[in-house]
Amino acid sequence: MYDVVIIGAGVSGSASARELSRYKLNVCVVEKEEDVCCGTSKANSAIVHAGFDAEAGSLMAKLNVEGNQMMEGLSKELDFHYKNNGSLVVCLHEEEKPNLQELYDRGVKNGVKDLRIIDREELVKLEPNISDEAVAALYAPTGGIVCPFGMNIAFAENAATNGVEFKFDTEVTGLEKKDGNWVVKTNQGDIETKYVVNAAGVYADKFHNMVSDKKLHITPRRGDYCLLDRSTEGFVTHTIFQLPSKFGKGVLVTPTVHGNTLIGPTAIDIENKEGTNTTQQGIDELINKAGTTVKGLPIRQVITSFAGLRAHEDGHEFYIGELEEAKGFIDCAGIESPGLTSAPAIGKMVAEIVKGLTNAEENPNFVGTRKGILDPKTLSNEERAELIKKDPAYGNIICRCEMITEGEIIDAIKRPLGAKSLDGVKRRTRAGMGRCQSGFCSPRTIEILARERGVDPAEITKAGGNSKIIVGINKDRI
Amino acid sequence: METRELICIGCPMGCPLKVEMENGEVVSVSGNTCKRGDVYARKEVTNPTRIVTSSVIVEGGSLAAVSVKTKEDIPKGKIFDIMKELKGVKVPAPVHIGDVILSNVAGTGVDIIATKNVL
Amino acid sequence: MLNYDIVIIGGGPAGLAAAVSAKRSGVESILVLERDKELGGILNQCIHNGFGLHTFKEELTGPEYAGRFIEQLLEEKIEYRLNTMVMDIAPNKVVTAMNREEGMFEIQAKAIILAMGCRERSRGALNIPGYRPAGIYSAGTAQRLVNMEGYMPGREVVILGSGDIGLIMARRMTLEGAKVKVVAELMPYSGGLKRNIVQCLDDYGIPLKLSHTVVDIEGKERVEAITIAEVGPDRRPIPGTEERYTCDTLLLSCGLIPENELSRSLNVEMSPVTSGPLVNECLETNVEGVFACGNVLHVHDLVDFVSEEASAAGKHAAEYVKNGGKHAETSAKDIPIVATEGARYTVPKTINPDRMDEKHTVRFRVGDVYKNCYVSVYLNDTRIIHRKRPVVAPGEMEEVVLKKEELAAFSGLSQITVKIEEA
Repeated sequence: MYDVVIIGAGVSGSASARELSRYKLNVCVVEKEEDVCCGTSKANSAIVHAGFDAEAGSLMAKLNVEGNQMMEGLSKELDFHYKNNGSLVVCLHEEEKPNLQELYDRGVKNGVKDLRIIDREELVKLEPNISDEAVAALYAPTGGIVCPFGMNIAFAENAATNGVEFKFDTEVTGLEKKDGNWVVKTNQGDIETKYVVNAAGVYADKFHNMVSDKKLHITPRRGDYCLLDRSTEGFVTHTIFQLPSKFGKGVLVTPTVHGNTLIGPTAIDIENKEGTNTTQQGIDELINKAGTTVKGLPIRQVITSFAGLRAHEDGHEFYIGELEEAKGFIDCAGIESPGLTSAPAIGKMVAEIVKGLTNAEENPNFVGTRKGILDPKTLSNEERAELIKKDPAYGNIICRCEMITEGEIIDAIKRPLGAKSLDGVKRRTRAGMGRCQSGFCSPRTIEILARERGVDPAEITKAGGNSKIIVGINKDRI
Repeated sequence: METRELICIGCPMGCPLKVEMENGEVVSVSGNTCKRGDVYARKEVTNPTRIVTSSVIVEGGSLAAVSVKTKEDIPKGKIFDIMKELKGVKVPAPVHIGDVILSNVAGTGVDIIATKNVL
Repeated sequence: MLNYDIVIIGGGPAGLAAAVSAKRSGVESILVLERDKELGGILNQCIHNGFGLHTFKEELTGPEYAGRFIEQLLEEKIEYRLNTMVMDIAPNKVVTAMNREEGMFEIQAKAIILAMGCRERSRGALNIPGYRPAGIYSAGTAQRLVNMEGYMPGREVVILGSGDIGLIMARRMTLEGAKVKVVAELMPYSGGLKRNIVQCLDDYGIPLKLSHTVVDIEGKERVEAITIAEVGPDRRPIPGTEERYTCDTLLLSCGLIPENELSRSLNVEMSPVTSGPLVNECLETNVEGVFACGNVLHVHDLVDFVSEEASAAGKHAAEYVKNGGKHAETSAKDIPIVATEGARYTVPKTINPDRMDEKHTVRFRVGDVYKNCYVSVYLNDTRIIHRKRPVVAPGEMEEVVLKKEELAAFSGLSQITVKIEEA
């Protein structure tokens, strides 16, 4: 019997798990995929929003601003990449300046600090590649960017270190109340628990609706993105939004914490909760729109395009709390943008709710810090030489584009909740995330994964399940 | 009279060749722009041959596999027979370029030889 | 800090030939740095035959061709390091490299030869829409898995791109027991050699669909189907022409891109057409004493020409070193070679009539298929070469030979132009 079962190892579920591990609670996270960070958390804008977007007084607004304020400290405690680069909402038409003011006012109401409306002259100084049409911008110095994988994995690893159990490849199929507790039915058998946290992203409505008559309805809202090579580093330094207007919503252009440039997302409502396929129209739309706020976008430097699904609830609000009609069932639903930014605050809120219900004592052994995978690029040449002397695997480059060593990959596999697949290695180390998109390194990474996990190379997948890379040996069917 | 149509492989032109044959003998070649097309067509319709290349597993070597080839051209119709014979073939290291891996493969009288050193 | 006269970045066909040639030109102190665990580069996975007709007057497989040069390198007792990654090249020609045994180490070179080769264009760079499951490989990755590791990456295959690697892999996959259903090519012509189309596709009844591209990839975990469609002259898919193929694998053979990240860090000036350095007739970049050859300079079709080009780079680097780390005095200035009207670029980009050899081969590519055309060369406005060609195509590199005496004799020479003229 667990105290808490969390459905979903995305950023909300993992943040909740980490916060719950501060208490003497028996917590388990169930995840249908083979790894953490496999749904909405892995495919989004990777933005730490300042907090001027959400409606004043909403939970979204509150958690956004709180999450934003927690992010820097947390990135140091848990060692993930975060950068406070500031964001700009660019106004392209003189007559729309009032909308900029409106956004400013809302931001101030939401408690966003240091907001300013800046004129074209200042804007050009901040962003030399800004569109010639740009007339003014809302400047939010508290805006930032984060590695979404890094944050999600850090939460989960830290939770695991503090005793939270993770069950992967475990899909919840039903929820039943039995003797005042919950039975979580899964494809791996039943799991009993006192409390359930529903952090299932685009599926959160499904689980909510299993236990409640007050239905939620979550639409997967697809967003297509294009990622540009690191050679574009510096094209923009701030996150650039287009002021939403009668001319459309526009897409953002932003640096990533690793020096790429990201453009996106589109917003296409779909039915299929697994519909992460990009479309030609989506990518075309994206490329057209991204050119609106900036000039000379180096679009030939695209190295990959992808799509993510926002968990858009009809009411466009975060639904976090225990259900009146289903005691012990705690929703963490409708987590769409600014969900990533809010994640630290969401985790805290969920933990406080559970603590209130359980009166759980603090976990005296809780360790609040976690060390990420060592990045030898942050070392001096001398330190690096020393490291290689100690562990020669750090002298062996596997991913040539991102210059990732065998040492980093082994670390990614061996640490708590370690990588099992190519994508697992990629999200933890960036091996395969560069301009050749794993063409060179995938056979080598397969070899390392197989060796370290003690399995046959044919067992190694791209991302779990049936995503095999090798399907047989030569001539086996002739 | 039998007619065979081929695409010349002599150059990027890729001339569409027409070969007239009678009783297995070439009567005429047309469609070619140069002499190479004529030579290619006559060979290809009477005795098409290919080099077959593949790789086989090496045991105890520095690499997992060694590349191999038929030492000479083999009849085109024998390609898959050769592949079948190569199925499951494993050789112990070391292997040197030119080492015979299989002799007289698929009854062609041609050997399969290694094309790489694996120590 | 180690010291070498010439450091060569890359031990593939270009690096090997450059090293051997530099040594034979009289430089003793040479170091080849190779990131893989063996010399030979991409030739090690190109196990098909057809290499070496120009160089050795016989048909060899890739590993055999590499083997010949590796033998020469060993005979010449040229030093090399394997499993060694070059991390940085500073403008003062200090190379920072790394491997397991020596950690991070620095090498001061007098001359550097860039021979890093190229990489394949990825699915992402092609913006192919659809899901992102397992089962999508660049042709070269599949080639490595099948030919060097003995693994089948798939059973039922669709190939996008009819470059030579794609064609070769269609045959390889077929021979090893896979079913190749179709090869789609975006352009109205194939980028591969005719011989490969006949012997890799036609021999096995594999259809080649020109002016087609992939418009959808299905399958959440592993590829389940690929949809291709015809494209119009704007290379955009034509609605209604879609054809769906169930399969588990998509191979991409959509072009090669020179790997010039190190060159860029050295501030080497690049050609936007080739994505390789701009070089003079010595194959030297704008950074003095830094030379480039092989696929890092411009993507070749034939390894024989890589070897030839790399030998020249090795020779010139050796001359530079022997001359005390500077160039021989020259009275003439560098003359720019302009590629226009069908010719897309030339290597070299400039030529010095005084410094050049008696004859110099200028290589270039055309932008389209031209039949019954002329390859023409002009010195200023005077046409000196007007060679009839039944056909030229982007997939096959072209060449013209410039003669020193002709260039030297032309007074007031300020520009050489290479172009394609219609008959």
